[in-house]
Amino acid sequence: MRKNPSDPAAPGPRRRRGERIRRIGLPYLLLLPALILELLVHLVPMVIGIVMSFKELTQFYIRDWGTAPWTGFGNYKVSVDFSAPVGKSLLHSFFVTVAFTLLSVAFCWLLGTVTAIYMQDNFRGRGFLRALFLIPYALPVYAAVITWVFMFQHDNGLVNHVLHDQLHITGKPSFWLIGDNSFYALLIVHVWKGWPFAFLIVMAGLQNIPKELYEAASIDGAGMLQQIRRITLPSLRPVNQVLVLVLFLWTFNDFNTPYVLFGRAAPEAADLISVHIYQASFVTWNFGTGSAMSVLLLLFLLVVTGVYLVITSRGRRSADV
Amino acid sequence: MSSASSPMAPPRSFIWSRRIFLTLLAGFVLVPVYVMLSSSLKPLSDVTGKFRWLPSGLTIRPYIDIWSTVPLAKYFMNSLIVSVAATLCSVVIAVFAAYAVSRYEFRGKRVFTVTVLSTQMFPGILFLLPLFLLYVNIGNATGIALFGSRGGLILTYLTFSLPFSIWMLIGYFDSVPRDLDEAALVDGCGPLGALLRVVVPAAIPGIVAVAVYAFMTAWGEVLFASVMTNDSTRTLAVGLQGYSTLNDVYWNQIMAASLVVSVPVVAGFLLLQRYLVAGLTAGAVK
Repeated sequence: MRKNPSDPAAPGPRRRRGERIRRIGLPYLLLLPALILELLVHLVPMVIGIVMSFKELTQFYIRDWGTAPWTGFGNYKVSVDFSAPVGKSLLHSFFVTVAFTLLSVAFCWLLGTVTAIYMQDNFRGRGFLRALFLIPYALPVYAAVITWVFMFQHDNGLVNHVLHDQLHITGKPSFWLIGDNSFYALLIVHVWKGWPFAFLIVMAGLQNIPKELYEAASIDGAGMLQQIRRITLPSLRPVNQVLVLVLFLWTFNDFNTPYVLFGRAAPEAADLISVHIYQASFVTWNFGTGSAMSVLLLLFLLVVTGVYLVITSRGRRSADV
Repeated sequence: MSSASSPMAPPRSFIWSRRIFLTLLAGFVLVPVYVMLSSSLKPLSDVTGKFRWLPSGLTIRPYIDIWSTVPLAKYFMNSLIVSVAATLCSVVIAVFAAYAVSRYEFRGKRVFTVTVLSTQMFPGILFLLPLFLLYVNIGNATGIALFGSRGGLILTYLTFSLPFSIWMLIGYFDSVPRDLDEAALVDGCGPLGALLRVVVPAAIPGIVAVAVYAFMTAWGEVLFASVMTNDSTRTLAVGLQGYSTLNDVYWNQIMAASLVVSVPVVAGFLLLQRYLVAGLTAGAVK
């Protein structure tokens, strides 16, 4: 038995010191792999990206980007000069992304929350429905979105068949993946794919609400709706604070959905910022401007996240008092 | 899953509104799934003409042709290798990191968690090109081929799932009583022994949930796959677009291929989703 604590030979002063160093060093050692990888794949490239945004990095310098000339804030000036085409289209893309994100987050959150509350207590088929509702989230983005591309086809798609041939709502078959309709097509696909995540999180959050609260409320004569308003929603506040932020950031930065839905050339009405920057970088090979746009995007997200956290945390604190 | 959470039976109006709402929602969720399944069993003429709800005849031809129209098996293998490797690495690294944060007090703990979590906020597009340049330069300097290789993709994807995995496991490990690993330490296990023999077994649902998440992240990623792969390392995310760039669009084959690449993840996810909910309940959502 090694564990005998009265063994006089075991904990000599030297060994104890070694153990202390091990004890202090151990957490860092455990964190090291995660830290190195995050540095290599996220933080170092981010710094490089910021450096690149101050360079005139066009296709002539791409082989040896270190030799590209500095331009100071040149790339930023081009990006935010809203009277010139580059800045104008960036601003347009920004507004499209804001509108898209607000609508998508609102619908995802609403659908997820309502569904989770409806499915809070047990009924027949609940487990089955829960699995079914999670399918869109589980599907790989490209497989799911490509199915929607098929459904939105002009001649052989399901959407036009139903709206035009079967319900006669539209006078002639519409185009969904080009023109103004593309915004709604993108929104529908994104909500379809994204709401189960909100459902999942809210469902998990609901399980942490103590049952006694509901019991006490119903003894006091509170009805179903009152219980939802007075117990369920307030208890979900901390969950919602994180959920809405995560949904917002993921939606705002989403590249996969529009990229698979529209291919490389997104229609103007659905020109999300990530795809816009991708095109600005890879189609025109102007990586300096693309980097400047990315940095501006990051700054915007930092500010929004900061303001959001300050506002929601303050609200939470005063609600607790 | 236990008994009703409100002791009062819900009013009839609630039950009816629930029925209507859930039926409509199920329809919305299922229509694309139905289109995918039914179209994958249709002859080509059914998917090039007007859309039909029911196939004119059932055929499994698309499921045979998908493998020869594009090298789907190769893409499948690439995706499988990349996703499995990224998942394994991500889970192991996240377990170590979360254990450190959950069980030790040390300087920089807060900085670490905030930094790691904030990487979730970065737009992928911001570090796509720098990462690409970095991998090319590392390759030129050391001979380690990261760009265009599966290794580079594994490395990239594992960091995508890492922040969320660490965050979720911290919460999960916090819920494992400390007495358990202290007992193991007294029994002569080192800290790593306590982690592997006590904490990890007690946190299996959380770890499974994290693994599911990591696998799905790697299996579904498009942006980096489209830039960082070449002909021999192409994954499904890019390969599946091969059916649509040809002169004819073989929608029935596209749907069949989509279904084939979805089945492993969807089946795995649905089997393990209860762990994900349990893991979220114990960890992230608390």
